[in-house]
Amino acid sequence: MTAIGRSRALSTGILPRVLRKPLGVVSGVVLLVIVLAVIAAPLIAPADPLAQSLRDVRQGPSAAHLLGTDSLGRDVLSRLLYGGQESLAGVVEAVLAMLVIAVPLGVVAGYLGGIVDRIVLRVVDVLLSIPGTIITLAVLAIFNNSMLVAMISVGVLASGAFIRVFRSVVLGVRQELYIGAARVSGVDEPRIVLRHVLPQLRGVLLVQITLFAAATLGIQTGLAFLAFGPPPPAPTWGGMVAEAASLIQIDPWLLVPTGGIIAVTTLALCLLGDAVRDANQERFTFAGSAARRSPAAARAVERPAAPEPSGRSAAGALLAVRGLRVGFGERGAETVVVDGVDLEVEPGEVVGLVGESGSGKTVTALSLLGLLGANGRIVDGSIRFDGQELVGLSNAKLREVRGAGIAMISQEPMVSLDPSFRVGSQIAEAASAHRRLGRRSARERVDELLRAVRLDPSVARKYPHEISGGMAQRVAIAIALAGEPRLLIADEPTTALDVTVQAEILDLLRGIQQRTGMAIVLVSHDWGVIADLCSRAVVMYAGQVVESAPVRATFAEPRHPYTLALLRSNPHDAVPGEPLPTIGGVVPSPAQWPVGCRFAARCAFATDACRQAPIPMVDVGDGRMSRCIRVDALREAVA
Amino acid sequence: MIRLIVTRLVLSAVLVVIASLAIFVLMSFVPGDPARTILGANATPDLVARLREQLGLDQPLPVQYGEWLAGVLHGDLGQSVLSGDPVAQLIAVRLPVTLSLLLLSTLAISVIGTVVGLGSAVRGGPLGRLLDTVSLVGLALPSYWVAIVLVALFAVAIRVFPATGYQPFVDGPVPWFLSLVLPVAALSLGGITIVAKQMRDSALDVLGRDYIRVLRASGIRERSIVFKHVLRNAALPSLTVLGITVVGALTGAVFVENVFVLPGLGSLVTQATTSHDLPVVLGVGVVFTLVVIVVNLVVDVLYGVLNPKVRVR
Ligand SMILES: Nc1ncnc2c1ncn2[C@@H]1O[C@H](COP(=O)(O)OP(=O)(O)OP(=O)(O)O)[C@@H](O)[C@H]1O
Ligand code: SF4
Ligand SMILES: [Mg+2]
Repeated sequence: MTAIGRSRALSTGILPRVLRKPLGVVSGVVLLVIVLAVIAAPLIAPADPLAQSLRDVRQGPSAAHLLGTDSLGRDVLSRLLYGGQESLAGVVEAVLAMLVIAVPLGVVAGYLGGIVDRIVLRVVDVLLSIPGTIITLAVLAIFNNSMLVAMISVGVLASGAFIRVFRSVVLGVRQELYIGAARVSGVDEPRIVLRHVLPQLRGVLLVQITLFAAATLGIQTGLAFLAFGPPPPAPTWGGMVAEAASLIQIDPWLLVPTGGIIAVTTLALCLLGDAVRDANQERFTFAGSAARRSPAAARAVERPAAPEPSGRSAAGALLAVRGLRVGFGERGAETVVVDGVDLEVEPGEVVGLVGESGSGKTVTALSLLGLLGANGRIVDGSIRFDGQELVGLSNAKLREVRGAGIAMISQEPMVSLDPSFRVGSQIAEAASAHRRLGRRSARERVDELLRAVRLDPSVARKYPHEISGGMAQRVAIAIALAGEPRLLIADEPTTALDVTVQAEILDLLRGIQQRTGMAIVLVSHDWGVIADLCSRAVVMYAGQVVESAPVRATFAEPRHPYTLALLRSNPHDAVPGEPLPTIGGVVPSPAQWPVGCRFAARCAFATDACRQAPIPMVDVGDGRMSRCIRVDALREAVA
Repeated sequence: MIRLIVTRLVLSAVLVVIASLAIFVLMSFVPGDPARTILGANATPDLVARLREQLGLDQPLPVQYGEWLAGVLHGDLGQSVLSGDPVAQLIAVRLPVTLSLLLLSTLAISVIGTVVGLGSAVRGGPLGRLLDTVSLVGLALPSYWVAIVLVALFAVAIRVFPATGYQPFVDGPVPWFLSLVLPVAALSLGGITIVAKQMRDSALDVLGRDYIRVLRASGIRERSIVFKHVLRNAALPSLTVLGITVVGALTGAVFVENVFVLPGLGSLVTQATTSHDLPVVLGVGVVFTLVVIVVNLVVDVLYGVLNPKVRVR
């Protein structure tokens, strides 16, 4: 029953968490003061709320009357204190009525499910579409202006929405493991509900109560404003606003305290609700938020001073990336996740980019297009495409490169198409992004592009949700081809697809590449794919390029221990029947990069020297580069 | 789509029956005699008996309800206890006022809410913070209080708009419009902030989607991304919220009509409640329910039009 222990641990501590939020504390205190003052009105009110004084009519605030007096010379503060009793009682009545209906129905519907759930949901539908105001007014007409009955009916009528909320929470709790455990161990159902379900509901309940109380206060005072409820001269908050309204020409001040007390109370309730909700969320994402706040994020990463030598000439390169550093987070305190990447692509060349998850492949690819998003930026380095420097280019200038110079297809074809527009219109839009196309020529271009990715032109009329993942990836390729780019970045274009479809898409890419002569940077985990399509492989680890070499040579004799380990763990080389070898350990996260070799912790060849200082990229001959100081040891081991 | 609408309509019919039945059942629980409550303690027994007969209170409850429902189906909502006028006629006279109010509010809420929400999602910064502040204040201040302050500012202090009263549309659109500016402003403020916040949240959500990145990667203009793709996709959740706020504006109209002395259904039902004129309250209830039904139906249809996944079916 450790699972149940966990549920206990989780369900405690909402209050301390709320108290840690300044806004929560302030609003809680304000609310408490108002409620206590209203309850203690007979004790603390400076004057009799009904005592008229014709000598003190309509005075502004003064020492004698802190909030002034009304048109009959009555003390406004005292009237507010007494008047709050009716309003706050009304709120309590409505909230109780709501809870009495919504909690049992929500719990039962969520816990039992099935037919009970469906019936309750129907009732909710009805409750939600009844015009509540009119029913409440009808109730007032029938029950002779009884505020009590009116507020109870407000609670009942509003319960629909809350049944839904509570139901969905219970539904979630029920599905959690420990309830199942409790069930199996033979605890009876009412006890499960009482001991395990209701405690989980507590946080949500608090949030909903505060929000509903805020709304109800508006209704209660509104009804009093419309002169329902206790008749004058009895003070009510809403009634006092109405009095102030009738004096608006002579004494606008009266609007301030009367509206103010309602506004302050409502605001306090809303903000308290927000604070409780935040506290709830924290409770459930505790680990995540702790990690997010770690100060290690801002750690400086050491970096070689000069651009490193490159084994290849950059003269004819289509794309030349030099010392690219990309960071996420606040300017000046970024977490660097791509750290000094060099990458070159010749015209028409297909380069494979390999590395474990989190090594920075996607971030590198996105930075080429300037699409890092709001909190990511290129900290340093240069990206030259076709002779033009892309780093520092304005968005408008970058737009000219996107699609027409460099295009991209991504890992998840199903989410890379806008679900609201037909496939054809999305292709047409991409095709006319860089040159004006008439309606007719746009349609012809769409047909042509669809045929180029071996799809029937009739697909143009379909919506993304009507086509399969493989078709969607073809459409995505068509969109990428629309601007006739010279470089295509394909970020794991087949990972999300069925194995049979994967081969088709790769064939397609190869065919297009051969026909158009465009260059491709292919990001992949799969050495088979790399071997199949690419002429050169660039291996990344922890934000750096660790090896760059012709594919054949990489396979035959890797020059970096990480490449070797990757190759050995590749599913394509696996011996059937034997477990897949994996690389021991995990990729260090950007905040934990060591000073020395980043692979040292997992490297079979590591020595103390490896951990001393950053490892430079060195030319190891035959146009190959490696970021390892023990290449010789590796060479012997492989040979 | 058609099935959806039919289901909606059937559900709505059931709804009207249930809601009105609820009121009838409630009426039967009323302690004492409604007729006496209406006429006050000093009425003669003779008078009370006549009213009971007139209200049909001498009949058993199911019969009363059956007769009322049959009447409703024929457009007969009974007679006002107070004036003896047919309820349907009282309502017909006042309906245009409330509908004008609602339509203009819906327009204001959807247009301003969308622009502000989309703007603060794309531009962020000060506009977003302003929206947060205004929406918090709008949430806290009761709509009738805002209405009064608007009167104080724009009608009393700097007389730009009429303080109270209604100018029929047939007497000229400009006075009609001017007479509704302040009421609509008071009625829409809350809704605008709610729709704007929803719009901002869903626009931010859409902006983070992969397809937006793909659009950018193909060199599509930012203008087209925002006004075509983001707007279209963010409109869906905002539409649902818009429906809820418009239904909520119905409640708001009751208060706003009272503050601005507009001769609409809201002020009618308030007066009727004060004078225990139940047939009128019930009649307005029926009309309000119909409005809710129509609003929900329009939302459903628009949802279907905007969402290809619903449209196909
Ligand atoms: N928007 C972002 N904000 C903050 N950190 C990010 C963001 N995007 C990526 N990162 C971080 O950058 C690092 C590299 O991520 P990236 O997505 O480039 O890895 P990858 O090599 O593409 O991995 P995968 O194979 O899983 O796609 C990761 O540590 C990731 O957490
Ligand atoms: S530098 Fe040392 S630790 Fe790093 S890969 Fe080479 S041998 Fe291994
Ligand atoms: Mg990736």
